[in-house]
Amino acid sequence: MTRDKITRSFQLHYKIKMLLKISNSSCCPTCFLQLVLPPVSTVMAGLLKRALRLRTALRCLCDYNMLSRSTATLSPVDFHSPFLTCSSEQVLASTRKLHAGADGSKVSPSAAPERLPFCRVTEEDLAFFRKILAGRTIVDPDLVEPSNVDWLKSVRGSSEVLLRPQTTEEVSQILSYCNSRNLAVNPQGGNTGLVGGSVPVYDEIILSTSLMNKILNFDSISGVLTCQAGCVLENLSFYLEERDYIMPLDLGAKGSCQIGGNVATNAGGLRLLRYGSLHGTVLGLELVLADGQVLDCLSTLRKDNTGYDLKQLFIGSEGTLGVITAVSILCPRKPKSVNVVFLGCETFEQLLKTFQLCKSMLGEILSAFEFLDSECMRLLNTHLKLPNPISDCPFYIVIETSGSDPTHDAQKLHNFLEEAMTSSLVSDGTVATEEAKIKALWSLRERVTEALTHDGFTYKYDISLPVERIYQLVTDMRKHLGNRAKSVVGYGHVGDGNLHLNVTSPSKDPALLAAIEPFVYEWTASCRGSISAEHGLGLKKRNYIYYSKQSQAVALMGNIKAMLDPKGILNPYKTLPDNLKQ
Amino acid sequence: MSGRVLVGVKRVIDYAVKIRVKPDNTGVVTDGVKHSMNPFCEIAVEEAVKLKEKKLIKEVVAVSCGPQQSQETIRTALAMGADRGIHVDVSGKDYENLGPLQVSKILAALAKQEDAQLILLGKQAIDDDCNQTGQMTAALLDWPQGTFASEVSLEGDKINLVREIDGGLEHIKINTPAVITADLRLNTPRYATLPNIMKAKKKKIVTVKPADLGVDVTSRLEVLKVEEPPQRQAGRV
Repeated sequence: MTRDKITRSFQLHYKIKMLLKISNSSCCPTCFLQLVLPPVSTVMAGLLKRALRLRTALRCLCDYNMLSRSTATLSPVDFHSPFLTCSSEQVLASTRKLHAGADGSKVSPSAAPERLPFCRVTEEDLAFFRKILAGRTIVDPDLVEPSNVDWLKSVRGSSEVLLRPQTTEEVSQILSYCNSRNLAVNPQGGNTGLVGGSVPVYDEIILSTSLMNKILNFDSISGVLTCQAGCVLENLSFYLEERDYIMPLDLGAKGSCQIGGNVATNAGGLRLLRYGSLHGTVLGLELVLADGQVLDCLSTLRKDNTGYDLKQLFIGSEGTLGVITAVSILCPRKPKSVNVVFLGCETFEQLLKTFQLCKSMLGEILSAFEFLDSECMRLLNTHLKLPNPISDCPFYIVIETSGSDPTHDAQKLHNFLEEAMTSSLVSDGTVATEEAKIKALWSLRERVTEALTHDGFTYKYDISLPVERIYQLVTDMRKHLGNRAKSVVGYGHVGDGNLHLNVTSPSKDPALLAAIEPFVYEWTASCRGSISAEHGLGLKKRNYIYYSKQSQAVALMGNIKAMLDPKGILNPYKTLPDNLKQ
Repeated sequence: MSGRVLVGVKRVIDYAVKIRVKPDNTGVVTDGVKHSMNPFCEIAVEEAVKLKEKKLIKEVVAVSCGPQQSQETIRTALAMGADRGIHVDVSGKDYENLGPLQVSKILAALAKQEDAQLILLGKQAIDDDCNQTGQMTAALLDWPQGTFASEVSLEGDKINLVREIDGGLEHIKINTPAVITADLRLNTPRYATLPNIMKAKKKKIVTVKPADLGVDVTSRLEVLKVEEPPQRQAGRV
């Protein structure tokens, strides 16, 4: 270590001691570490570990009152208060310096952490992979490159190996080997994730399920589909539609996303309002654990209360607890009559009233209720040349009804539309019953994400909020950012209370990012909302988990992870916050 | 001149639907399959409504030949801006054998009855691809015809037309009354907005039978067999 580094480490050590003394009474250990950890190296981390042990020891001697306060849900106010309630500015200044990276710039909690001490891939490893995956071990940089970058082109890894198994057995052999060799693995499906969870951070081996695309079985009486994890969602939809069924989920990425990835991220989508989440529709999973063990929970039974329901743990685990290799999912019948309505509203309050009217008058035939704002429409017009089918309004709603009787549905829809128009909840609208027009109206909602990518660098936020407050966040964000952002748009599954807030700028802008975060997370936490409704945590949001989950819960998640993946080789640096990795 | 335009609209299987041949090879499966207005007929309706909005014509009458469900197609035309509808009731075997010759006889009879100044049709239907009705109707009425129109403009009692033909674009001038068939680039059909959809429910649709118009719909064609095209084989590089 250089002299400078030695001096700095002592300064750091001293500062920590000082902080510990001052903050002893009210600091939550996790938030303390979260502020301090990002810029420090392994040596510093060791220092901090010792500091923490000292801290915990001191804590045990403390009042139990203080202990219980620290384990309460971390609210945004608490997050800053240990330092703000401290008297001296000096302390504040030193904490800011702690935050700083080597060049004095602020390191964001969404930036990648330091590389963990996994082994690197050697020629021997490649020889092993080539033996079990003849011709499907890819090391050509041009071929590996697309799998190193996410769909948003916002994060890039430096993996040199892409593996493409075709069977569960091959996945098992790969993981067993990687576990024994301490090689990190990044499971990858369609690579359409929006939180940087699908691509490597460093040189993790990419394990792609793209070739595991066989449909294994479909039972046309029960509607249960069993398939490998690499099946593309749209292909499954086509397969099912021929047999008069549909997938219970649908999302804009359906042409590329794979069912394994959908399950791993507990994808929501456009049909959740009607068919529920994957936690309800997935009946069974086949997984490979970190040590190569194959866990066969691939049941096709609707009801099975024999022991703990293990598959629920893996749904939404983002590839950190096991690699999903096969899925069995319950599919609904294809509706005989589908209608899509595109409405325009003047205010958000009217939109909400329309939603209530919708639920009461359309009731059981309602299958989707989405919204977009006028900014979204502007982007669709400008970048994708999609015309507005109705007159310009501040808010637009896409409503879909699905039922088994066209006449019955048409009547209900007619009554609803008449009521909506006569009570002036809706200022304009159009209806589609034909397939082509339905697709055209849906594309106005589904392609907003695409239009945003053409507008510039996009900052995406996927928030769950109480329905009445959904648009408030968008207006507050616009006020807060002023001219700093190019566009601030809000759209999403208003029926599920899920807002997609997007901010664009001409290029990547750290100052803008600093203005957006943690403002958006604090705002969300103040309503007890979720900072990631359906996109998951991945790389970008892992450290913000505390805004929506108690530290006890997160600690338990860490324990489960340690139990299922002791070496931490599965999708490292993702989903769980950095401070758990000690 | 009456300023009345007759627009023919045909109810066909929606173009996004995958067509399946009936097991007995007598036709395609139509039961329970999504139907909608022929895309070229939509373009014809849009053109008629545009002419009315420009105050060049006074009334748009939508006509459809077929079973009860054809009324839905007429309703769509009404929602787009047509004023009233005429449903020529043809069902069962007669409907299965209904072809361009019979439809053109019906349209000719209606044109005389309604004293139409212009007949607007789609250039062809996407189910049979005949591309004959417009031409036959003009011949039966001995009216000029402007087919494959990609631009239409009325000039007094004449019509300037641009036709899309294989060699390029042909500019012609024809007298009225005339028959025009719409091609793809004539216009982009509008979405029927809610206020218009509501209004359309109140517009009148009159039902008549071919016999009332003095038309015999017996077909002189007999369908022998309908089969699927050969399956595409995978190529080889």
